[in-house]
Amino acid sequence: MDGVIAFLTDPKNWEGTTGIPNRLVEHLEISVLAVILAGLIAIPIGLYIGHTNRGSGLAINLANIGRAVPSFAMMVIPVPLTLTLAETGLYDPNFGLVFLPPFLAMTFLAIPPLLVATYSGLRSVDRDLVEAGRGMGLRERQILSRIEIPIASSIIVGGLRTSTLQVIATATIAAILGGGGLGRFIFDGLNQGLAGRPSIYAGAILVTVLAVGIDLLLAWVQTRLTPRALRKPGRRPTPRQTPGDPDLEGVSALVRT
Amino acid sequence: MPPGTKLFDFSWTVGHLDQIWTRIIQHFQLIIVPLLIGIVISLILAVWAVRQRWAYAPVTLITGILYTIPSLAAFAVLRPITGLSFITAWIPLTTYTLLILFRNFTAGFTSVPADILEAAEGMGYTRRQRLLRVELPLAVPLIIAGIRLASVTTIGLATIVAVLGDQFGGLGQLITEGIQTFFPTKYLLGAILSVILAVGADMLFVRLERLITPWARARAGAR
Repeated sequence: MDGVIAFLTDPKNWEGTTGIPNRLVEHLEISVLAVILAGLIAIPIGLYIGHTNRGSGLAINLANIGRAVPSFAMMVIPVPLTLTLAETGLYDPNFGLVFLPPFLAMTFLAIPPLLVATYSGLRSVDRDLVEAGRGMGLRERQILSRIEIPIASSIIVGGLRTSTLQVIATATIAAILGGGGLGRFIFDGLNQGLAGRPSIYAGAILVTVLAVGIDLLLAWVQTRLTPRALRKPGRRPTPRQTPGDPDLEGVSALVRT
Repeated sequence: MPPGTKLFDFSWTVGHLDQIWTRIIQHFQLIIVPLLIGIVISLILAVWAVRQRWAYAPVTLITGILYTIPSLAAFAVLRPITGLSFITAWIPLTTYTLLILFRNFTAGFTSVPADILEAAEGMGYTRRQRLLRVELPLAVPLIIAGIRLASVTTIGLATIVAVLGDQFGGLGQLITEGIQTFFPTKYLLGAILSVILAVGADMLFVRLERLITPWARARAGAR
């Protein structure tokens, strides 16, 4: 344990490209970009199928298969393609090995939880409310933005939490391919034998603190977004459950890297 | 890819079938023990949480924190303590199943409507009979859904065990070796086999659920 404290307090580990601040920035950079791209893809599709209930079977099935794919496998499958494209001079070959494949894998893995949460969040909205909105003369777009999205927002953020957790964990594994991020401390430590232990522990602590911290932050956002009327003490907002159809539950949106 | 490298070398694959088979077997060794232990622990916790409602929140919190620890971190932290053995891989793989299994099991047990429970009581069922003949069968869909998710998750996580060493690396070992030697056949093989295993397990459990809950299908057909 002393070694870990020494490692974490050593000023040398707090500067330069291999220092903790830079590794943290690298970790956050790839994670945030992947979650944003995944959100841009998953949320509009989820809103569309949630609002219209069209194509839901296909989307849910695809999302199910998508979340069954192991993250480490997903990370190496695009490698031949990204390396071949690098030969055309489009980008640096190193970028094609250590950044692009993990980034694509993280985006791919972040889509299913977000898509399923957006869809099931919208479906959890009481149909009477939607009808009432229609009766009041709201247009479909207004029903979506004023009724469905506000009510579903906490469930959508629930999906965002799952995706983000997945992405942060996957960014850690990117170190195996030679990428940056906090996983480097763990992976480099593993390759140094006994001398690497402080680095392993420090990396594990940093990654766990980051993952738990961001999850707590998003959990806070989630409760803030829950409409006040639904925010009864001790009662957590959960999507409406259909027994035997676990895809409509927040529960099963979980798959771990 | 270095010029001249084949994307997929079939003759290498055919010549190394025994090596590939060993890794598949190792992968199964990595996943089966944690799944069985995880199911037993979660069932006990779920039955407890259904009877003592206050237990649900703390169990979810603790299993949730365990679930949040990134896997590479968990394997790396345990290695100096439990050494290079299956135990090092099994412990985190087990703890990752708990949140999913516990939540699905409790959801399964609590999904049984109160009037059905009352009917069972009215028919003179004891508490144990009610649990075994009424609650358990009705909870089956959610229980299987939980086991399905836990299996798929564990299969994926087991590929990362390869960072611990090559004695029991499973399919992840093919991936790491292939990446280190710039040999696409090997890492693609490891990756594709693990995808097949995960997606296959997913489909298998969906089938299994349909098979052992024929009433669900009958009801859907009658509707």
